[in-house]
Amino acid sequence: MISLEDVSLDIGGTPILRDVSFGIEAGQILGLVGESGSGKSMTALSVMRLLPLEAALSGRIMLDGRDLAMLSERQMCAVRGAEVGMIFQEPMTALNPVQTIGDQVAETLLVHGAASRSEAGKIARQRLTRVGLGPERFPLDRYPHELSGGQRQRVCIALAIALRPKLLIADEPTTALDVTTQAQILDLIVELVREEGMGCLFITHDLAVVAQMVDRVAVMRRGEIVEHGETRDVLRAMRHPYTRALLEASRHRPDRRMHAGGDTLLDVREAVRDYPLKRRRLFGPRPQVRAVDGVSFRLMRGESLGLVGESGCGKSTLTRAILGLEALQGGEIRLDGAPVSPDMPASLRRRMQVVFQDPYGSFNPRHRVSRLLAEPFHLTGRPADMEARIVEALESVGLDGEVRQRYPHEFSGGQRQRIAIARALVTRPELIVLDEAVSALDVSIRAQILDLLADLQARYGLTYLFISHDLTVVRAITDRVLVMRAGRIVEAGATEAVFAAPSHAYTKALLAAAPVLPASHAASAEPGGQPPGAPRDIF
Amino acid sequence: MVHYAVTRLISLTLSLVAASLVIFLVVEVIPGDPAAYMLGLNASPEAVDALRDALGLNGSLPERYLSWASGMLRGDFGTSYTYRVPVADLVAQRLWVSVPLAIYALTVSTLIALPVGMLAAARRGRAVDYGIIGATQLGIAVPNFWFAMLLVVLLAITWPVFPAGGFPGWDAGAWQAIKALTLPAVALALPQASILARVMRSALIETLGQDYIRTARAKGLSEGEALRNHGLRNAMIPVLTIIGLQFSFLLAGAIIIEKVFFLPGLGLLIFQGITQRDLVVVESVVMLLVFAVILVTFLVDLAYAAVDPRLRHGR
Repeated sequence: MISLEDVSLDIGGTPILRDVSFGIEAGQILGLVGESGSGKSMTALSVMRLLPLEAALSGRIMLDGRDLAMLSERQMCAVRGAEVGMIFQEPMTALNPVQTIGDQVAETLLVHGAASRSEAGKIARQRLTRVGLGPERFPLDRYPHELSGGQRQRVCIALAIALRPKLLIADEPTTALDVTTQAQILDLIVELVREEGMGCLFITHDLAVVAQMVDRVAVMRRGEIVEHGETRDVLRAMRHPYTRALLEASRHRPDRRMHAGGDTLLDVREAVRDYPLKRRRLFGPRPQVRAVDGVSFRLMRGESLGLVGESGCGKSTLTRAILGLEALQGGEIRLDGAPVSPDMPASLRRRMQVVFQDPYGSFNPRHRVSRLLAEPFHLTGRPADMEARIVEALESVGLDGEVRQRYPHEFSGGQRQRIAIARALVTRPELIVLDEAVSALDVSIRAQILDLLADLQARYGLTYLFISHDLTVVRAITDRVLVMRAGRIVEAGATEAVFAAPSHAYTKALLAAAPVLPASHAASAEPGGQPPGAPRDIF
Repeated sequence: MVHYAVTRLISLTLSLVAASLVIFLVVEVIPGDPAAYMLGLNASPEAVDALRDALGLNGSLPERYLSWASGMLRGDFGTSYTYRVPVADLVAQRLWVSVPLAIYALTVSTLIALPVGMLAAARRGRAVDYGIIGATQLGIAVPNFWFAMLLVVLLAITWPVFPAGGFPGWDAGAWQAIKALTLPAVALALPQASILARVMRSALIETLGQDYIRTARAKGLSEGEALRNHGLRNAMIPVLTIIGLQFSFLLAGAIIIEKVFFLPGLGLLIFQGITQRDLVVVESVVMLLVFAVILVTFLVDLAYAAVDPRLRHGR
């Protein structure tokens, strides 16, 4: 139905895509996998012809006998939305905040002159109901800000399929969503594709998602498709070393000694954290929301503890309280016996540090690395050997000491995360809180950072509190795990035991929703013949 | 929506009260006796005493504030020392010039700026855009009184379409009054329009980078349609902010233009009040301007809510 034949793309003289060819039949899902910068999204935008002005596209993009690459902009406007629909990664920002969801779905019909205004409203209603947003809870005059991320993504799907396009392009549609929401959205997409007989180009970086839902897979690397075939065959045979490395990296578990037990380093007892909401009515009481509701746990010295839960469960609030950034409304938190609070002494603060998800956002772009790393020293006073300490911290995370003269934008995402870890290490803390610290990284880089964390823990006897929504990662790097839901810890235990036999219904649901690579694929990935090779060497 | 409006109204009323306290106290803390200050060095003690009485300066501080504030609420602003007439009448006359002039200038400026800003955003990075950027730069740089004189030379002397100055009053007929205000309004509007067009342009260009514009394009909207249907309303928040600020400025900031065109406006009144040490006039006009600014802020707040549903629902 749609086929790309030798599609190449140059943007401002830089080659982005090289001879990309694949086809998708009606009712079929093709997964396009690869790491960031491999050209997946650019392939999708080439089909939509939504490229920057300086882009030079060549090759043929045949949709039912018509070459989209040859169409004028005006002709393409008639194709977009009507014959090819597209949904994007960020449902939170993909909808116009000042227009109702009904109007936004109806617009697809109106702009193509496919219906009158009243009919468009009716069809919009029907399509929204079809994607699971029924009329009682989701009338047409709802605004996007009244919906959750998953619900917004459903609206995006409704407007993309309003005219029953032949091809649906989904660009990382669930990357920003929680696992349970992800599972629902993936189910919806598969169902719609089968029912409506659409073709679907599904772009993702997640091999587990691919294994679970797509019919055929194309693996992309540096603008080229390196392997292409039936999902089952590709994942089983893994002819191309890159595919193998990708799979290996996404299942990567760092080599670490499980922790035996020591004295208590962090003790959280009955912690309660309330937030006042906005007043509903004037002079009325301010309603309170309890974000953390009587949480207790202990973290032993040298241990690695995972904290998992979906967005809004209170894990970030708890993290801020543990770091002593916000006061508790009940209970207490102690670090090595000393109480943690917003006005705790710097000498105590020095002993715990944090690494966040997005190192670029947490670095001042105008400071050199040396200054970024020197910042935590305001807690201790600048030591005489500060430069030496900075170099030591950089070297311990595998960077050259010389990079301290450079600025954050000169580094890749993985290198920046190494700098963030170095910054956390520079005051020689005992506890490091890793808040979604590897969530934004590509699988191969993620594997390297996980190795680094395991190595640092062994070398310096560090204690980790590892907060993540990514169950695979938590399983790979923690000894014990806490499962948090609606402000409470619903399950706690040794990581392997919890993952192997979850006891709480919520944990079960969470694990069931998370896409996993089938065991048969994993088994055949073991080096029966040749070793898969370290990802670092391959990229 | 009602909740939002009432909350805004209360907070703005509190600002108004705070401003009145500040204005009152500033006049109070001026070193020495305001009456003596107003009368100058050679005044007789009797005259100063009489003026103190007239100004209501005898009495305790809270008493004086309350009588001043309650008088103001009743529309009694006191009597001008230099003009010997109630300040309320004086101000009312001037308002009939300044408010229409401000509205006129703002309308002209908005009508020019919004389409020009949109055009620049739609053609960003191309010749039209650079042309508009250059023209607006010039519009901001050229002093408005110079532009006013240019207008007088062209449209009042060379081609006498509009009067060169003066104001016949609204009694002379609306048309005559509007004609008299046209050149000043255009002269005032030019720099305002230049600023507003630039704000419009950059606000629109910013919305064009947003994800929802990409969604709109994927639905099949052309670039222009996406800009009109989705970009415009989202770009209105910064534009409304600037329009609100400009109106407040135009109300009293037109003093040079009032001078050029011999218009009896508020700007001139306050200028004369200051030079003649007529504190009663100064105090009242400043209070009135504060009230106008707060009123405009409230209207702008309501406009925000009309544009953005997230504000209506109190988030």
